[in-house]
Amino acid sequence: MRLSYTKALNRALADALAEDPAVCVFGEDIGAGLAGPTLNLLDRFGPGRIVDTPLSEQAFTSMAIGAALTGRRPVIEFQIPSLLFLVFEQLVNQAHKFSLMTGGQAAVPLTCLVPGSGSRDGWAGQHSDHPYSLFAHAGVKTVVPATPTDAYGLLRSAIADPDPVVVFAPAAALPVRETVTWELAPIPLGTARIHRAGADVTVVAVGHLVHEALAVAEELAPEISVEVLDPRTLHPFDWPALAASLERTGRLVVVDDSNRSCGIAAEILATAAEEMRLLAPPRRVTRPDGTVLPFALPLDRALQPGRHQLRDAVRAVMK
Amino acid sequence: MTGLPDLGTPAGRYRMLRLIRGFEELALGLVRSGAITGGIHPYIGQEAVAVGVCSALRPQDRITSTHRGHGHVLAKGAAPDRLLAELLGRTGGLNRGRGGSMHAADFSLGILGANGMVGAGGAIAVGAAWSARQAGEDRVAVAFFGDGALNQGVLLESLNLAAMWRLPVLFVCENNGYATTLPAATAVAGSATGRAAAFGIPAAEVDGMDTEAVRAATAEAVARAAAGEGPGFLECRTYRFEGHHTMERLMKLRYRTPEEITDWRGHDPLPRAAALLPPGLAAQLDASVTEQLAAAREFALASEHPSPEGALDHLYADGLRPRAGAAGTAGAAGVSAAAGAAGPVGVTESAAGTGARA
Ligand SMILES: Cc1ncc(C[n+]2csc(CCOP(=O)(O)OP(=O)(O)O)c2C)c(N)n1
Ligand SMILES: [Mg+2]
Repeated sequence: MRLSYTKALNRALADALAEDPAVCVFGEDIGAGLAGPTLNLLDRFGPGRIVDTPLSEQAFTSMAIGAALTGRRPVIEFQIPSLLFLVFEQLVNQAHKFSLMTGGQAAVPLTCLVPGSGSRDGWAGQHSDHPYSLFAHAGVKTVVPATPTDAYGLLRSAIADPDPVVVFAPAAALPVRETVTWELAPIPLGTARIHRAGADVTVVAVGHLVHEALAVAEELAPEISVEVLDPRTLHPFDWPALAASLERTGRLVVVDDSNRSCGIAAEILATAAEEMRLLAPPRRVTRPDGTVLPFALPLDRALQPGRHQLRDAVRAVMK
Repeated sequence: MTGLPDLGTPAGRYRMLRLIRGFEELALGLVRSGAITGGIHPYIGQEAVAVGVCSALRPQDRITSTHRGHGHVLAKGAAPDRLLAELLGRTGGLNRGRGGSMHAADFSLGILGANGMVGAGGAIAVGAAWSARQAGEDRVAVAFFGDGALNQGVLLESLNLAAMWRLPVLFVCENNGYATTLPAATAVAGSATGRAAAFGIPAAEVDGMDTEAVRAATAEAVARAAAGEGPGFLECRTYRFEGHHTMERLMKLRYRTPEEITDWRGHDPLPRAAALLPPGLAAQLDASVTEQLAAAREFALASEHPSPEGALDHLYADGLRPRAGAAGTAGAAGVSAAAGAAGPVGVTESAAGTGARA
C-alpha cells in the first residue's frame, strides 16, 4: 500500500474514532477536511464527533479540556502552528497542570494535532513557526513524526495517552510517501528510531529533517559512517537510545528546526555532555536565535537548517 | 458528617451559609497564624451565591470555580475537613496537598476545580456540558466567575459556543463590585447581562445577598438547560466583606470606603436566611457547625505533611517520571537521574487512577 503522511494521519484519526466512542475531533474547517487529516470523517462519524468550531481557539481548547476532564478523548486540529501561542495558557497552564494540581484526581487525555508545522514555503512570518521545543520545555508530551508509518503510530498513541500530547506534523514531511507492507500500529511515545546505523557520528534529526539527515548520511557514506537517530518524541525523550548510540559513535550532531537558544538541540547537547560518552565537542544545526522566517523563498531557506550545514557539522565533529 | 449536605430546606441552606462563613473565619485565623501559607481569597459576604446556586443543582451536575472558591466547593458538597487539610497542604487534603486554596477540586462530586486564572473555568464548564450531552447524560454544568472575568476574551468566546450549540451550562457572574481594586463600574462597558443577551442567552440580574432569590433563578435556568433549551446567565450582585486576598490586611488600600463596606454588611445573607427559620433553630445549627468545624480543624492539623520525595507525584496521569533537576542526583523530587538508568517512561507505584475520574 502506498501511504502518504496526511493519509496516515487521516487513517489514525478514523481508526481511533472507530475504536473508541469517546474520541472526538474539534477544529476549524475540519468538516470539509481542509487540511487533509479529517477528510471524510464528518460523513462517517457525524457532526456530534467531528465538530467544526468557530474561530475561538482559546474557548474551544478550554472546552476540549473540559470534555477531556469528563470522559471524552478529544483531538484538536490547529490550522496554523502559531495558533498554539494563542492557547499556551490552555495547554500549559491548564491541561498540563490538572493531574498534579488535583493530586491525581483528574486526567486530561487531549491531543493537539498541527498539520503543516514549520515553513510552508511562502507563508511568511506568522505561519511558519515550529514551536515544539516550547512544549517539550513546558513538560507537555511532544511528538514530531517523520514518516507516514510513524505519523500513524504516534498519533494513535497520543490519542490513547491519558495526558495532553501535541503532535507536530512538519509541512516538509507531508509530501513523504511510503510503500507500506507492514501492519500500521500504535508506536509507544518516548521511543526513538534508528533510521540508519553508523559507526562514526550520531546525527539526531527531528521531524522532516530526518530525511535531510538520511540524504547527507548517504552522501558522506564513502568517508564517514553516520548513524541517524530520530527521537520521534521530544518529551519524554528516549535518553537511553541516545546514550546507546553514543556508546557506538562517541560523536554527536543534532539537526533541529527550532531557534537555537533553548531549542531541543540545546537540551540534547547538554544532556550528552553531562551524562554520555563524547569523543569530540558536539554540534548543532538549527534556525538562528529569535528567527522570524522572511517571505522570499531564498531568505526562508537561508534560515532553516539545511544539508550544507549538516554536512559541515558532521565533518567538524570528525576532526 | 457523611453524605451530601441537604440544601433542600431553608434550614439546610442556612446551615451551609454558616458553614462557609465559619470555615472562612477558621481559615483566616490559620492564615494569620502562618499555618496556611500563600493566603486565601475569602468568600465572606458572598455565601448566598454559592448556596443559592448549589441548592438548585442535582448531585450529577458539575461546577467550575474560581480563585475565591471555598464557598462553591463546600456548597457542592466537599468535606470541610478535607478542604481545610488542602489549604494546609496536607496529604489528607482534597488534592493531597498538591493544589491548595486556588485549585481545590473533588471530581467525585462534579467539582472540576477552583482555578487560579480569572475566567478560565467558563469554557471548561462549556466542555463539561458538551461532554455530558455527547454521553447522553442529564447533567448541567455551572461556571462561577467574577465581574473581572467579564473582560476575559475566552469567557466571551465561551458564551458564543454555549449559545450556538445550546449547551446545558449556566454562567454565574458574581459581581462583587471589584476585580481586586478595580471597580466594575470603570471596567465593564455595557452590562454583564447585556453581554449575555447579545449572544441570545437568557440573562437575569439577581440579588446575590438573597439565597432564596439566587436559588429560584438558578432552578429556572437549570430546568431550561436540562430540557435542552440551552445556556443561562445570572448576574448576582454581591459584595465581599473582607479584602481581595488576606495579603490586603497588611496593606492600607483605599479603593473602597468604610461606609460602603458597612452599608453592604447590612445586607449580610446570614441574618436574612436565619429570619426564615423557626425561633431557636439558627442557634442550634450554629452550634452544630461550630462542632463540625472544630472536628475539621483537628482532622486537618493532624493530617500528615506530604514527603518531599513525592513532590512530582501525579505530574503525568500515566506515571511518567520527569528527570531530576541535577544530573546524577536524586534531586528535590527524589527522581533518579542516572543517565540511561531509567526508561523514558518509568512508571511508579503511585501512578494514575488513584482518584475518582468523573
Ligand atoms: C487571567 C488573570 N488575570 C489576572 C489575574 C490576577 N487576579 C487574580 S484575582 C483578580 C481579580 C478578579 O476579579 P473578579 O473576577 O471580579 O473576582 P473576585 O476577586 O472579585 O472574586 C486578578 C486580577 C489572574 N489570576 N488571572
Ligand atoms: Mg469581583
